[in-house]
Amino acid sequence: MTTETLPHPELTDTNKPFWEGLKKGVLSYQHCKVCNHSWLPARSECPNCLEVDWKWTPATGRARLISWVVYHVAYHPAVAKKLPYNVAVVELDEGARLITNITGVQDMESLRIEQALVLSIEEEDGWSLPRFKVVS
Amino acid sequence: MRGKVVIAGIGHTAYGKLPGRNNLSLNIEAVRNALKDAGVSKDQVDGLLVKCPTSSFEMMYGQKLAEAMGMVPRIGGVWDQGGAASASMIGYASMAIEADQCDIAVIALADNPKTGSRNAYEKAWGDDGMYGWFGTPAGYAMIARRHMQQFGTTAKHLGAIAVSCRKHGAANPNAQLQMPLSLDQYMESKLIASPLRRDDCCLVSDGAAAIVLMSEKRAKQMQVNHAVPILGFGQGQTSVDVALRPDLTTTAAKISGATAFQMAGLTPKDIDVGQFYDCFSIAPLMTIEDYGFCKKGDGGHFVSGGCIELGGDLPINTSGGLLSETGMPGMQLIVEGVRQMRGQSTSQVRNAKTCIVSNQGGIMHTHSTVILGQSL
Repeated sequence: MTTETLPHPELTDTNKPFWEGLKKGVLSYQHCKVCNHSWLPARSECPNCLEVDWKWTPATGRARLISWVVYHVAYHPAVAKKLPYNVAVVELDEGARLITNITGVQDMESLRIEQALVLSIEEEDGWSLPRFKVVS
Repeated sequence: MRGKVVIAGIGHTAYGKLPGRNNLSLNIEAVRNALKDAGVSKDQVDGLLVKCPTSSFEMMYGQKLAEAMGMVPRIGGVWDQGGAASASMIGYASMAIEADQCDIAVIALADNPKTGSRNAYEKAWGDDGMYGWFGTPAGYAMIARRHMQQFGTTAKHLGAIAVSCRKHGAANPNAQLQMPLSLDQYMESKLIASPLRRDDCCLVSDGAAAIVLMSEKRAKQMQVNHAVPILGFGQGQTSVDVALRPDLTTTAAKISGATAFQMAGLTPKDIDVGQFYDCFSIAPLMTIEDYGFCKKGDGGHFVSGGCIELGGDLPINTSGGLLSETGMPGMQLIVEGVRQMRGQSTSQVRNAKTCIVSNQGGIMHTHSTVILGQSL
């Protein structure tokens, strides 16, 4: 925990397609063929109907802002230089939710819940991260 | 079951920075004090339920504590719900006593994040560390932001919670932070994870607290002084990941409170004093709404204007809560609830006959409620 890079996800058979998709510029979510539920993060069973008949599905990249915070304290050495930075909860138009950052915002306190967002994949530490921009 | 089980004794350690003490030692001091208070010898205890220390989680901790006290309880172990655990163990112990699974139960909690490790409260959430998603304060800030934008809750509304808890803590000689706070001072306090400020965040504390439970019948037989009846209890759970919670601004307090009120045969109008889990100021504000003391979204107005201070309609956290007495995850609120029902609080609510206590864990993942009645 004292390293200067942020902890990265542990790749598993279940979440690998998510991160490999992002490398190719595609944000995908899991969609259940049985009950039509859509979700993230990656799981081996549908959290709605518990079945295993699902597929990775490309998202349109359109989303809305559920909530966000602005960090003024660094809980990890690697984020000290980013302060102040935001972390947000967003919901994709398809229904899945994820933790992310809103990029390209001057005044982070001026964001609004339910605001329309669009995907912006960014490279960091060798990972392609699905971040979001405000739709102007 | 209403009123059939009582809290017969309470005990705790000093709160604050307690170097050189491990959590077994802290637990034993609190249990020793609680047994003395109840007039019970350790050999009479046949139930021992424990909340595992958050900062050093370990398997079989309940059994280790029993061994360190030379106890061989019939019912024993750890309840894993974070800060909701203490209240939930009251429910479990009550049912165990009622079902003759044990006779006298001790419930205990100790931790030492102040002199030990705080890592549990500052770690990354799941796989989301790459976004900088760390720490407990930000989880609550995520909920607070949504509440503020959805319902018009303001920083001053959150500040009213901090001001009230600090006022009551300042009157409590055992509180870790005996320093009153004005609303202006609150507004000037440093942002930690906006919208939350330093003074929205609970203390980090070493310490322990414990209680003794038995049937009302047993308490009368043993001539226990000031036994406090348990009128109702309930629980609720929601998703661990804040992002996956369908509604960020309604908590498991809703079902937990409703269950406890139904068992007690009471409504919010019948409650004289409350001890609301205040790890962060937004938590009691939303708990007050979800318990039905006001409409959803009106919590900010409810807590303003002195309503939750001693002398107001619903005084809360009369020993200072997590924001002022000790950052301990929950048991101190139960202990203070008992003191109120005995008439022994340092901020005593006159003629208080009912007290509601909320405990909750994680980022409002778990919730547990206890309603206490006036001492026998």
